[in-house]
Amino acid sequence: MLKYTEEHEWLSAEGDTVTVGITAFAAEQLGDIVFVELPEVGAEVETGQEIVTIESVKAASDIGAPIDGEIVEVNAAIVEEPSLVNSDPLGEGWFFKLRAAEGTSLDAFMDKAAYEAMTG
Amino acid sequence: MTPDASVQTTPLTERHRALGARMVPFAGYEMPLNYQAGIVQEHLHCRADASVFDVSHMGQIEISSPDGPDAAARALERLVPADLLALRPGRQRYAVLTTPDGGIRDDIMVARLEDRLALVVNAGCKQDDFAYLSDALDGCDVVMHSDRALIALQGPRAGAVLAALAGDSAAMRFMDVRALNVGGIPALVTRSGYTGEDGFELSVAAGAVEGLFDLLVSQEHVAPAGLGARDTLRLEAGLCLMGNDLDATTSPVEAALEWSIGKARRTGGARAGGFPGDARILREIEEGPSRRRVGLAVEGRAPIRAGTMLSTEAGASAGAVTSGSHSPSLNRPVAMGYVTRDAAEIGTRLVAHLRGREVPVTVHKLPFVEARQKRASIS
Repeated sequence: MLKYTEEHEWLSAEGDTVTVGITAFAAEQLGDIVFVELPEVGAEVETGQEIVTIESVKAASDIGAPIDGEIVEVNAAIVEEPSLVNSDPLGEGWFFKLRAAEGTSLDAFMDKAAYEAMTG
Repeated sequence: MTPDASVQTTPLTERHRALGARMVPFAGYEMPLNYQAGIVQEHLHCRADASVFDVSHMGQIEISSPDGPDAAARALERLVPADLLALRPGRQRYAVLTTPDGGIRDDIMVARLEDRLALVVNAGCKQDDFAYLSDALDGCDVVMHSDRALIALQGPRAGAVLAALAGDSAAMRFMDVRALNVGGIPALVTRSGYTGEDGFELSVAAGAVEGLFDLLVSQEHVAPAGLGARDTLRLEAGLCLMGNDLDATTSPVEAALEWSIGKARRTGGARAGGFPGDARILREIEEGPSRRRVGLAVEGRAPIRAGTMLSTEAGASAGAVTSGSHSPSLNRPVAMGYVTRDAAEIGTRLVAHLRGREVPVTVHKLPFVEARQKRASIS
């Protein structure tokens, strides 16, 4: 089940591995994405640490790590073809996977209904 | 969205909303950043077909003199280094309003009509320009036409599109100006624009602009485009944005705009100098400026934005970026900026300092994308 952050990220957990991307709402707001810079595989990241830079035609945005953990995989396809984030934000446009630090719970994040209520 | 009383709208604001535009504040106006196609598609459409832009936020100022239009041109020459006396009726010219220090107050278009001058000035400068011109052009009648709207039709198909609606437009060449009837709507039309493409700007009464906009976007191959595409188009075309690439500290020579300074206004010319900042500007034409506006090709995919610092490969300060974005036509980042004289030669390799990283950039000729205006052939 997808979870959502107030920073418009989505999280999908499988065991202790969490896949992270940005929501369709965020991709739409950013407009045409032309550049994505992802963290290094193996990096230990802390909640809130800015680890992704996204550039749309108009402006740069930073995305923070939603939870503590270790980056285990990044989506090289969106570096080559940043428009995938616009065309398929919840699928091919994913950003990175991280192994959640022990004891991490995603329960506090929003579910779909709560996120949709927030973005109106 | 709560309406903000301090933010103005153009007469096309309902049209923008109906088309699903993303509205953003710009120069005190709520303007369409892009429509549903998005900046990249709108940009590419303009390069391939024809696009319609609402530029009604820009200022439209007319200057006349009881002593005739030549007297108005002579008066305005005291404020700009352009040769306006040589501007024939039915022609338009680019000019800069200079400061006493030789910087730029605004960059403007000046059209010479039979009986007056018609100016288009930047939205963010228009109130200041109007006050300044009214005060400085003693004896002239200066009128700001807030009751007029302005639409740009730009792109390789713009000529054919307008010719179908106003046959007389076909004979116009780049920088011609004519009063035309466009599908029944009286318009003052110039064959010019801000994209590097062939195209027109059409000034019409505010009450007629919805009809003109509807007529244009209903034509085959025509789509609306927002300010986002307008910005990337002008950057590829190497055209300056007032406030970014031009300001009170940049001289027209530093800005590589000396082509807009007529021979008659230069040292040794019939009407040399006589405009604000003339000493600095004429000296810089002779001796070269200490810095120069250049194009910058950027390595990699990350756009470098205005404010990014530049250095030489050896680490010495070289200047700063004033405009930068992704180029939809070239599918890579491009930028413009000011660099020291030594670093301004095309091909010079420099370093941009982006978020703690060093990004290689190379001084590149402008425009990045070849201009395709319909210039008169030289015979």
